[in-house]
Amino acid sequence: MIADLLIVAAIVALALPVVLARSAFTAVALFVAYGLLLAFAWVRLDAVDVALTEAAIGAGLSGVLLLGAARRLAGGPPVEDAPPGKAQVALIGVGCAGLAVALGAVILALPDPAPSLAEPVMANIAAIEVGNPVTAVLMGFRGLDTLLEAAVLVLAVVALWALAPDAAWGAAPGWRQPPATDGPLALLARVLPPIGVVVAVHILWVGADAPGGKFQAAAILAAMWLLPWMAGIAAPPPISRAWLRIVIAAGPVAFILAGFAGSVLQGAFLAYPPGYAKAVIIAVEVVLTASIAVALALLVLGPPAEDRGA
Amino acid sequence: MTLLVDVFTVLTVAAGIVFFVAGTAGLIRFPDTSSRLHALTKADHLGLGLVVLGLLPRAESLGGVLRLVAIWGLVLASSAAAGPMLARLARRGARGG
Repeated sequence: MIADLLIVAAIVALALPVVLARSAFTAVALFVAYGLLLAFAWVRLDAVDVALTEAAIGAGLSGVLLLGAARRLAGGPPVEDAPPGKAQVALIGVGCAGLAVALGAVILALPDPAPSLAEPVMANIAAIEVGNPVTAVLMGFRGLDTLLEAAVLVLAVVALWALAPDAAWGAAPGWRQPPATDGPLALLARVLPPIGVVVAVHILWVGADAPGGKFQAAAILAAMWLLPWMAGIAAPPPISRAWLRIVIAAGPVAFILAGFAGSVLQGAFLAYPPGYAKAVIIAVEVVLTASIAVALALLVLGPPAEDRGA
Repeated sequence: MTLLVDVFTVLTVAAGIVFFVAGTAGLIRFPDTSSRLHALTKADHLGLGLVVLGLLPRAESLGGVLRLVAIWGLVLASSAAAGPMLARLARRGARGG
């Protein structure tokens, strides 16, 4: 109990400076620490799957994306904002206070015990044939949500590439990094990827029956791809490569095909044939992991740039 | 036997926490980046090492033991790599800035 209160206090104490920080870099650094504490809170709530995702995607990957954004913003002209007038400040204050009160009221008005679908999930989990209820929900009962999530990542990559200047279209994404021939980064970029790939495959594989799954595994795979790029010992492929585009799209396409197979065989979109549910889910998850990993890495790399100097 | 294991865990984890507290104090109180990094990496290496050591006898299986040791090894490697990189960046910033 005391430990939980301490974690909550630490989360609030970190959330405030994230909002109040003057420099974007400070805010992002604090946001990453905030995400890791949040992951800790999810562990305390026995939501290990959520904790893994929060640490890998919420703190890790989002942190890297935000750091890149902060760096790009720092290079541009400073934004001149006129300070808000007194009436505007008062309006913002009243609006925020109203929202806080409304949220508090809604949370206090929740029925007790909270409405939960946990029991129907556990009663029907045998039909999905996986032991981890989170995976059963994500790939079975709410498979459509996961399908749309995966499709959003493809759209995000398309939107990012749309930012590329015409002259750079089809070139390799991201800035070229100076090669690190010795030192810690070069060593890490050579030693860590084999270990990281094994860990990622493990997390993907145990996701069927224990905490883990494709998003967490994909975030680790993406990091293992980005590490040699950061050390300058591997260059990302040009975005005109057909295999790259096929890998990005393969996951959602495989998921949609599995969905239509359900329509034909079982009479409902994303319904899995009895006896083959686990096999279909794992096959789709493996392809999805590859797609998500490549999409996440490409999002971090950014659009192909004209000026490819360091 | 369980009492001995309990005492061992409490002592080593407490010693690990001492290193974390000392490292945090150093991070806040030390005057320059290099000494702060020194304090921080000591907390990572020794503090986490002692916590892992204390938890080893409680692992459910050999796989659990190996995972704990692997976690410590990975943190060692990442902080050993991040420390010098941050130090180099700070030195370049001090020279160029």
